[in-house]
Amino acid sequence: MILTEHEKSILVGASGTGGDQMAMEVVAEAARMLGADRLVKIHSSHIDGCLYHGDSGALYCEKLAAQGARVKVPATTNVGALNLLKPDQCRLPATQRKMASRLMIAHGKMGCAPSWTCAPYQAGARPALGQQVAWGESNAVAFANTVLGARTNRYGDFLDIACAISARAPLYGLHKSENRHARLVLDVCELAPRLVRQDVFYPVLGALIGRIAGETVCVIDGMPQGATDDQLKALCAAAASTGAVALIHIVGVTPEAPDLDTALGGRAPESTVRITRDMVISARDTLSLTADGQIDSVALGSPHFSDAECRELLRLANGVKFKVPVYICLGRHTLAEIEDDGADKALEDLGGVLVVDTCVVVTPILPSKPGVMMTNSAKFAHYATGNTGHLPVFGTLSECVASAQAGRVVRDQTVWS
Amino acid sequence: MSWQSEVLIEGEAEGEVLRFDAPISFWGGVSPVTSQVTLAGHPQHGTAIAGKMLVIPQMIGSSSSSAVMLELFFTGLAPKALILGGRDAILPVGVIVARQMGWPTIPVVVFPEVPFQTAEKIFIARNGQIEKG
Repeated sequence: MILTEHEKSILVGASGTGGDQMAMEVVAEAARMLGADRLVKIHSSHIDGCLYHGDSGALYCEKLAAQGARVKVPATTNVGALNLLKPDQCRLPATQRKMASRLMIAHGKMGCAPSWTCAPYQAGARPALGQQVAWGESNAVAFANTVLGARTNRYGDFLDIACAISARAPLYGLHKSENRHARLVLDVCELAPRLVRQDVFYPVLGALIGRIAGETVCVIDGMPQGATDDQLKALCAAAASTGAVALIHIVGVTPEAPDLDTALGGRAPESTVRITRDMVISARDTLSLTADGQIDSVALGSPHFSDAECRELLRLANGVKFKVPVYICLGRHTLAEIEDDGADKALEDLGGVLVVDTCVVVTPILPSKPGVMMTNSAKFAHYATGNTGHLPVFGTLSECVASAQAGRVVRDQTVWS
Repeated sequence: MSWQSEVLIEGEAEGEVLRFDAPISFWGGVSPVTSQVTLAGHPQHGTAIAGKMLVIPQMIGSSSSSAVMLELFFTGLAPKALILGGRDAILPVGVIVARQMGWPTIPVVVFPEVPFQTAEKIFIARNGQIEKG
């Protein structure tokens, strides 16, 4: 592996702080193990390592910070394990809560911007087309590559912060142009035009894509123009949950796919899958692990709810209170927007519970007695049972609202007709 | 008999093989508190990985697995070695970070199509040579 003089001097401790040396060692070692022949300079980082998984991670980040490690590029933070505005909302034992908080504080000390959101791309972090970045959090990685055309692999704990401190990442995978072309075509042309425009179609298609594509770069052909950020956010998050998807091209929608041939890099695809209505319905059904009936809660906002989604929720509720708690997970960027005109209070008056800086599947906030959790998020549906014990029922946002108001699942079959 | 593996992280270890018969993500799949496989339906569900020569033909998923690997060193429940089916940085990064914390670490090698089965005794040398018996 070839390192620059600057990189070598940090690595041997001839320049920089002890923390810089530790970080460069992690990046260089990862590069060596992945078979990268050099490092690439990065413009920004999104740090997933601020979520508590055990005391050791906090101790490591505190060591980095104490040794003088500071991020050299703009670095946003993903969710932590605590709502820092309401620490009691989370039922972690006091000792773990303390360590979770220390982990978040250590990231602040290293100079990370305290965004605490899994949707940094809706909080102002929007790298440009072709920019090299090192992002963590699977949905954010998929969004950065897919929607923004920035270049990142799936960075995770320790390597993400090490890249931010070093301003470098191993040059491999999706950092390189030749690995960004699609090898798999997913053709949705035969689906009803009305279906492919529905909000709910995006997370369902994403869940299907994750299972079909795994980690293969794919291109979707036949999608309508004008998809919103929120729709693409749901698609990316779903695909990155059910598969290791990090980049999806959408012909005519995403920046590296002006047409099918460009997305494929001028080569023939290795395979083409024609997506049928049956496949979509089957993917939808895998997101519910229990039959329709009573529900105990509704969880929204994975990835974090946007201002537009909060307002759509208010519109759909139309002033009718919820019979079960509706957990709305969001970042402070959205909280600030909905606080402006009192929409936050309006949501709370309906029975909404605002979960800021974190979310209900990464830390214990849902009722401790497992029940049925309805959601419009494929990512919540995918992780709910393993992480919380609650059984997911998947539906549209409109169905989630009607169900929260009824205390049981209310369906609107016209969506799928 | 002996085999040559590719060394990712140098070290010497000897012990009993535990082979994962299905892919796994350590995050959500291995408890850092007990070191047991917690993934429902996994062939090794319920088995503890602590002290084993862990053979992982295929990794999947979450990059938070680095954090689970580090935590296993912290709790003293790490395996004795990792024998990976392919190049990967997620678990090895957890080993490197443990080394930076000054905690005793383990060898990590790559060996596709591993011939070793659960409960066999093997030895890994610093140069990546593996012996059985």
